[in-house]
Amino acid sequence: MKQPFEKVVARHGDTVLRVCRVLLGVHDAEDAWSETFLAALRAYPDLPDTANTEAWLVTIAHRKAIDVLRARKRQPAPVAEVPETPTALGVPGTEDAGLWEAVTALPEKQRQAVAYHYVAGLPYAEIAEILGGTTDAARRAASDGIRNLRRNYQGVTTEGAPS
Amino acid sequence: MNVTADHFASPSDADILAGLRLRLERAAMDEGLLDVAYTTLDSPVGTLLLAATPKGLVRVAYELEDHDHVLDTLAQRLSPRVLRAPKRLDVAARELEEYFGGRRRVFDLPLDLSLSKGFRQLVQRHLPEIGYGQTRTYGQVAELVGNPKAVRAVGTACATNPLPVVVPCHRVLPAGGTPGRYVGGPSAKVTLLSLEAGS
Repeated sequence: MKQPFEKVVARHGDTVLRVCRVLLGVHDAEDAWSETFLAALRAYPDLPDTANTEAWLVTIAHRKAIDVLRARKRQPAPVAEVPETPTALGVPGTEDAGLWEAVTALPEKQRQAVAYHYVAGLPYAEIAEILGGTTDAARRAASDGIRNLRRNYQGVTTEGAPS
Repeated sequence: MNVTADHFASPSDADILAGLRLRLERAAMDEGLLDVAYTTLDSPVGTLLLAATPKGLVRVAYELEDHDHVLDTLAQRLSPRVLRAPKRLDVAARELEEYFGGRRRVFDLPLDLSLSKGFRQLVQRHLPEIGYGQTRTYGQVAELVGNPKAVRAVGTACATNPLPVVVPCHRVLPAGGTPGRYVGGPSAKVTLLSLEAGS
């Protein structure tokens, strides 16, 4: 049985917001969230009842984030704007500005794999579906991502992290 | 420190999500994706759930009916595109507030009767003919709809009325003079009848 969409927003809204932040940084995350949930609302009646709703939302967020990144490349930020300092990408109120710096420095695939595994909690098989490679490649991208984060940000360890 | 979702959370997330939620509600309305909008209203008979399709008010539900369960049913029977969106219910909420305040005797709202079919819907269509402050017996309503023997079916039609208060099934009573059964519970029925009697 399919739940009212309101419950989908209530249950997954915060996770999708965090995933969008890892993919895009704080500023574009909110637009990506809006695009994701509007597209999800449109397609929701056709989602099979047995589908994993969170994986489905993350897949939509993945595509929306790619759209945003492409648009960024086509239209470089106007030079008149104040250049962003690394901490400007951080989440307001968090202490880990350094973590943000390290995350935004990751290659795209590693950043995606870290977002989908460590933030959304998806298994590597699902992540492979989203990224379009093998399960092993998804696992490798996530572990490379974590290794890079450790190298660039001392606060990170992988001890006890889900494998 | 492990990398978890918490590292990408912020103390202001509740506010940010509330703002995003509102933006989604507006966009859904603009794009014609708001198949079922709902809100809740505090009233002398408890919190009422109000739901509307683009055609009109489709459901009024008492707390006794379990609002979560009612929303699940709307998602199944009408569309899963269900969002809390009070704006579409503004007029209905205002008319109900006027009614409970004793300032309104007739509802002037577009209704969507698609949750009931056949004889039940026929009965529900006729119920507004029983005016404010008046009552009828189940037998009289059976006669009113041209099927005097269908007393029980009239009872079922009243018990399954998807739009209580607005479609006045509370004005239909058993022949014995007791208030009888009601979807919102017998005391809610008495409250509405007392309100309409001006006492």
